Amino acid sequence: MSNTLPPLPYAYNALEPYINEQIMTLHHTKHHQTYVNALNAAEAAYAKASTPKERIALQAALKFNGGGHINHSLFWKNLAPSAAAGKGNGGVLKDGPLKSAIEQVWGSLDALKKEFNTATLGIQGSGWGWLGYNTQTKRLEIATTPNQDPLLSLVPIIGVDIWEHAFYLQYLNVKPDYLNAIWNVINFEEAEARLVEASGNSKL
Amino acid sequence: MLSFAARNALKPNVCRAFAASARQVRGIQTASLPPLPYAYDALEPHISGEIMKLHHQKHHQTYVNGLNAAEEAYSKTTSVKEQIALQAAIKFNGGGHINHSLFWKNLAPANEDGGKLVDGPLKQAIERDFGSVEALKKQFNATTAAIQGSGWGWLGFNSGNKKLEVVTTSNQDPLISHVPIIGVDIWEHAFYLQYKNVKPDYLNAIWNVINFKEAEKRLVEASK
Repeated sequence: MSNTLPPLPYAYNALEPYINEQIMTLHHTKHHQTYVNALNAAEAAYAKASTPKERIALQAALKFNGGGHINHSLFWKNLAPSAAAGKGNGGVLKDGPLKSAIEQVWGSLDALKKEFNTATLGIQGSGWGWLGYNTQTKRLEIATTPNQDPLLSLVPIIGVDIWEHAFYLQYLNVKPDYLNAIWNVINFEEAEARLVEASGNSKL
Repeated sequence: MLSFAARNALKPNVCRAFAASARQVRGIQTASLPPLPYAYDALEPHISGEIMKLHHQKHHQTYVNGLNAAEEAYSKTTSVKEQIALQAAIKFNGGGHINHSLFWKNLAPANEDGGKLVDGPLKQAIERDFGSVEALKKQFNATTAAIQGSGWGWLGFNSGNKKLEVVTTSNQDPLISHVPIIGVDIWEHAFYLQYKNVKPDYLNAIWNVINFKEAEKRLVEASK
């Protein structure tokens, strides 16, 4: 079955002023679309491969484009128009399992943001910052993945794209400004739904 | 005999000089941002002045600052564990400094022969190893566009087999396996403001400002 570009759950300008319309349009219709197209091509080639050597030769394309498709699909859903701009619930963390889980590990949402941003800024190249759920320890953790590697060691709760295409047109080289801004459009409701699903119950 | 005030006024300079000379003794010199060999808008229309300015004054400067901080910390380490912990910062920032320093020099404005490859050892080597300059550009661009993430495309001289080869490095890894002849930055900051997601357009355009004279110098030096 062919992979397809999932529609954006909001208008291209809905995350303004934190992520502008030009970035959202290019990011969704060009970058993510390219991962989808290339993933389909890699999967078609893989289906035709008849030796382990051929299959192994295709692994990089599957990982890169499959990861790109997975990561961006999660990304669009963990963003939402901001409450600060009066457009939605983006940026609002209500009382509940997610808030409790965050406070359990970091003490406060602000402390999480600080550590998350520091970790994500430390990526040497392209990649993603993640808030993830560790199913062994039953705790939230911060993690990063390079390039388009999907998050495998934890259940993704919130992902933030730190490839330059995700912010450069608006924030230029000033990554910290982008990372501070994006918290205004983080969809904590979606994040909580992922956490509840991952932890198997609504009480942590 | 100096007054208390005068002695205290001298202290920071004496300390800095001592620290600097201590690092000199250990063979460490402070890195600094090399000036651009041309004006920021000199590579237009192929690479915009806006990109060149940010790229040089912000991105490269940050690698220089990061490298100096990492080397400063390294000079203070007392265990191999601490040294290893600093390796990533030295590789990333040191590589960024090396790569960008090479990059500015292997670019040139059209009115300084950017994009012009005259007969000589470089042209001969390209035709020998790729068939033609057009064939090199095609292979170079395809290989560089295919990097999965950030990185650099290189025309490199293989000292083993004495051939020119197209290779890539990821992130800010410096080219070590070959002698760098031409480097092209394919990090998104190198082109995005002007070319957006259309990497092939950037890669086609940049050949108009490649400094083949500098590239030839590097090849001649490497072939000795």
